[in-house]
Amino acid sequence: MTAPLLDVRDLSVEFPLRRQRLQALDGISFSLEAGEVLGFVGESGAGKSLTGAAIMGLLEPPGRITAGTIALQGRRIEDDAASVRGGEIGMIFQDPLTSLNPLRTVGDQLVETIQLHLGLSGEAAEARAIELLEEVGIDPERRSAFPHEFSGGMRQRIVIALALAPEPKLIIADEPTTALDVSIQAQVLALLRRLCKERGAAVILITHDMGVIAETTDRVAVLYAGRLVEEGPTADVIAAPRHPYTAGLMASTPNLDAVSVDTVLPQIPGSMPGLTALPSGCRFHPRCGDAMAECARIAPEFADGVACHKYSAVGSMKGKGASNGG
Amino acid sequence: MLVILARRLAQAGLVLLLVALISFAIFRFVGSPVENILGQEATVADRNELIERMGLDDPIPVQYARFVWKALNFDFGISYRTAEPVADLIASRLPATLELAFISALMALAAGILLGIFTAINRGGLLAGFVMTTSLIGVSLPTFLIGVLLIWLFSVELGWLPSFGRGETVKLGFWETGLLTASGLKSLILPAVTLGLYQMTLIMRLVRSEMLEVLRQDFIKFARARGLPERMVYFRHALRNTLVPVTTVAGLQLGSIVAFAIITETVFQWPGVGLMFINAVYFVDIPVMSAYLLLVGTLFVLINLIVDLLYLAIDPRIRDRNLRGG
Amino acid sequence: MDRPDTSPPTMMQRILASDFVFDFTRAPLAMLAAAVVLFLFIIAILAPLVAPTNPFDPASLNLMNGFTPPMTPNMFTGQSFVMGTDDQGRDLLSAIIYGLRVSLFVGVMSVLLAMGIGVSLGLVAGYVGGWLDNLIMRIADIQLTFPSILIAMLIFGVLRGIIPPDLRDEMAIFVLIAAIGLSEWVPFARTVRATTLVEKEKEYVQAARLIGLRRGQIMWRHILPNVIGPVLVIATITLALAIIAEATLSFLGVGAPPTEPSLGTLIRIGQDYLFSGEWWILAFPAVTLLALALSVNLLGDWLKDTLNPRLK
Repeated sequence: MTAPLLDVRDLSVEFPLRRQRLQALDGISFSLEAGEVLGFVGESGAGKSLTGAAIMGLLEPPGRITAGTIALQGRRIEDDAASVRGGEIGMIFQDPLTSLNPLRTVGDQLVETIQLHLGLSGEAAEARAIELLEEVGIDPERRSAFPHEFSGGMRQRIVIALALAPEPKLIIADEPTTALDVSIQAQVLALLRRLCKERGAAVILITHDMGVIAETTDRVAVLYAGRLVEEGPTADVIAAPRHPYTAGLMASTPNLDAVSVDTVLPQIPGSMPGLTALPSGCRFHPRCGDAMAECARIAPEFADGVACHKYSAVGSMKGKGASNGG
Repeated sequence: MLVILARRLAQAGLVLLLVALISFAIFRFVGSPVENILGQEATVADRNELIERMGLDDPIPVQYARFVWKALNFDFGISYRTAEPVADLIASRLPATLELAFISALMALAAGILLGIFTAINRGGLLAGFVMTTSLIGVSLPTFLIGVLLIWLFSVELGWLPSFGRGETVKLGFWETGLLTASGLKSLILPAVTLGLYQMTLIMRLVRSEMLEVLRQDFIKFARARGLPERMVYFRHALRNTLVPVTTVAGLQLGSIVAFAIITETVFQWPGVGLMFINAVYFVDIPVMSAYLLLVGTLFVLINLIVDLLYLAIDPRIRDRNLRGG
Repeated sequence: MDRPDTSPPTMMQRILASDFVFDFTRAPLAMLAAAVVLFLFIIAILAPLVAPTNPFDPASLNLMNGFTPPMTPNMFTGQSFVMGTDDQGRDLLSAIIYGLRVSLFVGVMSVLLAMGIGVSLGLVAGYVGGWLDNLIMRIADIQLTFPSILIAMLIFGVLRGIIPPDLRDEMAIFVLIAAIGLSEWVPFARTVRATTLVEKEKEYVQAARLIGLRRGQIMWRHILPNVIGPVLVIATITLALAIIAEATLSFLGVGAPPTEPSLGTLIRIGQDYLFSGEWWILAFPAVTLLALALSVNLLGDWLKDTLNPRLK
C-alpha cells in the first residue's frame, strides 16, 4: 500500500503565554491523496490557518507543534518543513495586496522563485516566468511592473503563479479569495482548481465560506475550537451533515438553489469560545441543541468521520431520544 | 516629477524664510545692538548715527527684508566679541566641522545598519541581546562623557591619540583640510568616534525595529512560504523595505550630527563652528548665534529636501502616487 | 478547606495582582533601576542631612586639603575623604550629593514644564482643532526637525541675552529649566493630541457635551485621565533626556553656574585634572551621572515595553 500524499496524525499546536499555555490545535488527523482538493472550514480562531501554518513550518513564535506527525509521501516533515516549503508544498495567503514585496517587480519575484527551486539559468527562468504569467492570465509584458500597479484579482493570480512555479505536489490556500471582490472570487478559485488538476497537485483550501467549499472541494474537514469535528466527501457532508455544528453551519449558509427573499437564515446560538476559556467535554456542547449530560464531561473521540457522542457508544446507549430531536 | 520638485523647493523656501525670521528676531530684539557695539558710555549723537546707519528705525518688515538680503550675500553682521565679520568667522571654521561631521556620519551609518540587521535577525540571541544592552548604555551615555572617557583611555592612559585640536592642516584654496596629514587624521579619530557613536546607536536601534516590523509583514511570510532561504528573505526582501523609512530618519539624524558637533568640538577643542557657537552663547554674541541658527537651519532644510527626493527614488509606490496626484 | 474569601479585593490586592506589578517583579533590571533612582532621589532631597559637609560653606573648606585622593589621609592635615577632594579642598562626596540635587531639580522641573506646556497644547490642539491645531502642530513639526539640545542652547543664549548681565548667574538655574523644558514639550503634545482626537469622538464625551459641560471641564475631567499612561512613559524618558541635557549644557559651561555646580559642572571641572592624574575629581561625578541617566532610561524603556507590548 502506498502512502498518501499527505498524512497528518494527532497534530497538536500550543502557544505558551506568560501565565498559561493555549492549546490551539488538539489532535487533528487527516490525509490527502494526490490531486485531491480538501477544504478546511470553520469560524475564525477554529484553527484552520494554524493547521496550514503547522504543515508549512510557519507557525508564529512562540507557537509550536507539541505532538503528532506530518508525513509527505511517507516522509516525516514536521521537524524539517523547510525542506519542502515552497518546493513540494506551496502556499497562498489571504491578502494578495500584502503578499508581494511592494518594492520589487513581479517578474523579479517570479524569476527568483523559479531559479531557486528549479535551478534554471536566468534566461530559462525568465521564459518560465512568462509561461506562468500567461497561464494565470496576466500579460507577460507587465512582468516589470510593481505589485501596486495590479488590481487585487490580478495580484492573486500572480501569487498563484508564484506558488505553482516550483511545480509543487500540494498547495495550501489560506482564504485565497476572501480579500477579493465577490465578482472575481469564483474566477480565481476556478483558475486555482483548474491549474492544480492539470498538474495533479493536491490542494488544501482553507475558508469560512461553505459556498466555496461546495463548489471547489472534493472533501471537507470541519474544525471547531481547535478540534476536528467532522470530515468526509464534500457532497456527503453537505447533503447529510452529521455533527450538530456542521448542520448549524449548513443551515446558516444561503442555499443557492432555493433562495427566497423572505428566508431568514437560522443562526447557531452563542459564539465559539476563546482558547483561554474552553468548556469541558465536547467544546461545542454549550451551543449544541442536542447536548446530553456526558457532552459536558467527556470529549468525544473522532471516529468514522465525526466527533460526536450522538454516534459513539456512550451516545447510542443513553441518548437515542435526544439524537433526532431537531 | 518637475512639479513635485518645484513644490518641495517652495516648501523648503518657506521654512527657510521662517528660520530667517527667528534669526532676525534674535538679531534685532535680543539685547540692544547699539549698546553692544558702542558700549554704554556712547553719546546720544553716536547712538543716533549708528541707528541711522544700521537702519534700526526703519519699519520692521523692511529691516527683515534687508536681513534676508544681506544673509543671501553672506553678510551676517559683525561679531560683538571679536569685531570680525561673522561670515569670515564661519568660513574659516566650517571646513573643520564638515569634515568631522562627514566622517562621523559615514561611520554611524555603516556600523549602525550592519548592527541593526544583526540584532534584528538574531533577536533573542545572546550576542544580539548583549549588543542591545550595550546600545542602551550608549544612548544613556551623554556625548561629552563618551568624549572624556575616550580622552582618558586613548590620550591619557595609552597616549596613542591627541586629545585636542585638528593637528596639521593643508590649505586647498579656501578649504583647510586635516584629512591629508597623518597628524590631522590621528586628531580626527577620537572626535569622530565620539560624535558618531550616539548616532550609530540610534540608527542601529531604528534599523532593528524597522526590520522587525517588516519581518512581521505578509510578504515576508509569503517569501518564506515560497521556500526562500532565510538569507534571501533578510537581504533581498526585508532589508530594502527596511531602508525606506530608515532613510528619512537616518537623514535627519545625520543633520543633527552637525548640531551635536557643538558638544564634541567643545570637548576636543576642535576649531569648528560648534565651538564658535558655544562661545557665542556664553558671551551673548548675538550676531554669531543668529548666523549659526541660519546656517544650521539651511543645512537641515537641505537635508530634508534631499531625503524627500531620495525617498521618491527608492519607493515606486510614492513615486506613482505623486505623479498621479500631480 | 475553609470557606473561600468572597470579599472584593482591596485596592492593594488589586494592584499587587495586576499585570503591571507581575511584570515588574519579573524584570530584575527594571527593579534595580527603580531602586537606584529612588536611592539617588532620596539622597538628593536629604542632601543637607546626608552630606558630610556643606560644600558651599567657605568655613568647611581648607585649601590644604586640596587634591586629597580618595580614602587616603591628606599629607598636611591628616584628614581623609571617601571620594577625595577637588582643587579647593572641597569634599567630593558632598559636592556630588549637592550636585545631584541641582541635576535632579533641574531635570524634574524641566520635565514638569515640558509636560505642562505639551499636555495643554496637545489637549487644545486635539479638542479645539482648526487653525489653532494647525499652528501648534506646525510649530511642533519644525521644532522636532532640530535636535532638542540645540534648541535648548539657543533658548539659553536668547534668555541670557534678555536678562541683565549682573543677574545672569543668579537666574541661571531657571534659565536652564526654561531652556530644557521648552525644548522637550513636543512629544507630550503629539501624544496627548492623538489620544484627544480619539476620545473626543467617543459617546461619553458627546454626552458630556450635550448635558452642557464646558470645554475646559470636559478636557480636564474626561479626556485628561485617558492620557496619563502614555504621558507617564514620555515623562520618564524625557527625565533621562533632561538630566543628560542639563549635564551637557553645564559641562559646556552654558548651564548651572559655578556657585551651584551640578554633576555636569563637576565633570567639567574634573576634566581639567585628567592629565595631571587627579582622576577621582572626574570619575566619581561621571559615574553618578551615568548611574542616574542609565537607571532612568532603563525604567523608561521598561515602562514603554510594558504599556506597549507589541513593541517588545
